[in-house]
Amino acid sequence: MSEPKISVDVVRHVARLARLRVTDEEASALASQLSHVLDHMDELNALDVSEVPPTSHAIPLDSPFREDAVREGLSREEALAGAPLEIAGGFAVPKVLGGEG
Amino acid sequence: MSAPRSIVVQTAEAVRKGERTAVEVCEESLARIERHDGALNAFLYVDREGALEAARRVDEARAKGEPLGPLAGVTIAIKDNLCTRGVPTSCASKILEGWRPPYDADSVERLRAAGAVLVGKTNLDEFAMGSSTENSAFGPVKNPWDLSRVPGGSSGGSAAAVAAGLSQASLGSDTGGSVRQPGAFCGVTAVKPTYGRVSRYGLIAFASSLDQVGPFTKSVRDAARLMEVIAGHDPRDATSLEREVPRYEAACDEPAKGLRVGVVRSQVEAVEDAEVRAAMDATLDALRDAGATLVDVELPHAKYAVSVYYLVATAEASSNLARFDGVRYGLRVSRDDLVEMVEETRAQGFGPEVKRRIMLGTYALSAGYYDAFYLKAQKVRTLIRRDYDAAFEVCDVVLSPTTPTPAFEFGARTHDPLAMYLADIFTLPPSLAGLPAFSTPCGLTKGGLPVGVQLTGRPFDEATLFRASAAIEARLGLGEHEARAFLGDKA
Repeated sequence: MSEPKISVDVVRHVARLARLRVTDEEASALASQLSHVLDHMDELNALDVSEVPPTSHAIPLDSPFREDAVREGLSREEALAGAPLEIAGGFAVPKVLGGEG
Repeated sequence: MSAPRSIVVQTAEAVRKGERTAVEVCEESLARIERHDGALNAFLYVDREGALEAARRVDEARAKGEPLGPLAGVTIAIKDNLCTRGVPTSCASKILEGWRPPYDADSVERLRAAGAVLVGKTNLDEFAMGSSTENSAFGPVKNPWDLSRVPGGSSGGSAAAVAAGLSQASLGSDTGGSVRQPGAFCGVTAVKPTYGRVSRYGLIAFASSLDQVGPFTKSVRDAARLMEVIAGHDPRDATSLEREVPRYEAACDEPAKGLRVGVVRSQVEAVEDAEVRAAMDATLDALRDAGATLVDVELPHAKYAVSVYYLVATAEASSNLARFDGVRYGLRVSRDDLVEMVEETRAQGFGPEVKRRIMLGTYALSAGYYDAFYLKAQKVRTLIRRDYDAAFEVCDVVLSPTTPTPAFEFGARTHDPLAMYLADIFTLPPSLAGLPAFSTPCGLTKGGLPVGVQLTGRPFDEATLFRASAAIEARLGLGEHEARAFLGDKA
């Protein structure tokens, strides 16, 4: 096999985009596994698809309108029931902005 | 060989007539789970109280003379990526462990309304990503026909539960074969409906342009009964289509005479396993015997399906799984910094295969690679759809094996992700084309492992698939030759 398609540096960059922390061991394993999978996917380059439209929905969709009617939604309690941390009726996260909180 | 009993239809009838109570049926299912699930690990959660309560309600409704639904008293297990109100739903992931959804999935709601008794939540590959259940964070499911082998995946728990008689039917979800492949490995009928036929509302999303909910049952007629209940338009799913749901049970009674079956010759001949080949030959003989006409068809681009699927599905998954960030539900690993909290939560909450797919999908969508990977895959997807359009000019159903081999042993493919992906080679093309596809049992190997045949239909033409599957089942069905024998339980 030629040089891997995905280097450890690329893995680290993509992991950052995906908000996944990876260990050195994981990064090196992912580089080799993903390169192996992408090598297989090179087969698609044998096809000329320049004139072919992409499929985003396999079954053609309509975009129907519905009545703009009020419907029951989740109560605040129900929506918050699964939250790891709730403060004052909201989802709580670590401080985002700097300075004194 | 003969058709198995339609226990779903028969149970609903018996409960309606008062020959059995729903509570009796439910207790029988709970007792079987108690007795066998230690060995199988098909269930992640058994809802004993909820099930008995639902069964009592059916019996009370009957006592009051109220009309009963088409699934009255039928025990059904639900794949654990379908939301069940107040009942834990984890997707077999540490990141959702213990989460109790505030609402029911549309298909779950419809089952309840039809009188079904939901006995519990079944094990799967984490977030439905896998072909063996070996990616479950809570241990794999064993194949009831041979405990040293995988049940298939990702809906392996739902397939095994029905095969072992722990529930009379179950629901799974199929993105690239996750209902059909475990159906084939466990010797049960498995239905992947047309994309848009069954609502995805409450199905925790993996790849939104491919995901569909589908049933597992012992018999084809039972699957028809379930499909009549779960299919139909739902305004809460924007891809759910407004189409009338035909009488699928009636389709099971239509003779297969005159049906044109297109045999994907290259896929049948690509099978190296002699026993799967023999089962395919027997299936073609059975269809000829039933009066069907066989024609050869080709799907020239189907061989690219693995590449296309693992780009499209992982790209969509990387986006869908962004919602698991430790804020609104599930696991949070506390950190002082928001980004560190999210990264650490996802690092500890997701298993290796889920991370691999998120990484592949993020890469395929990232700046500079979109045209080369994702867009290209979507274009080849169009070519695969066109192959089916051409095939359906000369036939009514397309036939191929469901899988290249019968159920494989634990650990056989875990070292090589690509080898595991290639197990899906026959189930991926119909998924990419959005078409309905069934797996129907069509024989046993000498070692006693089930083999399945895959039938693919035109969009929304599940009825013809029921007709063809019933013809195969009548001649090659596994009868009462049940997987439960392998559990030392001939009852």
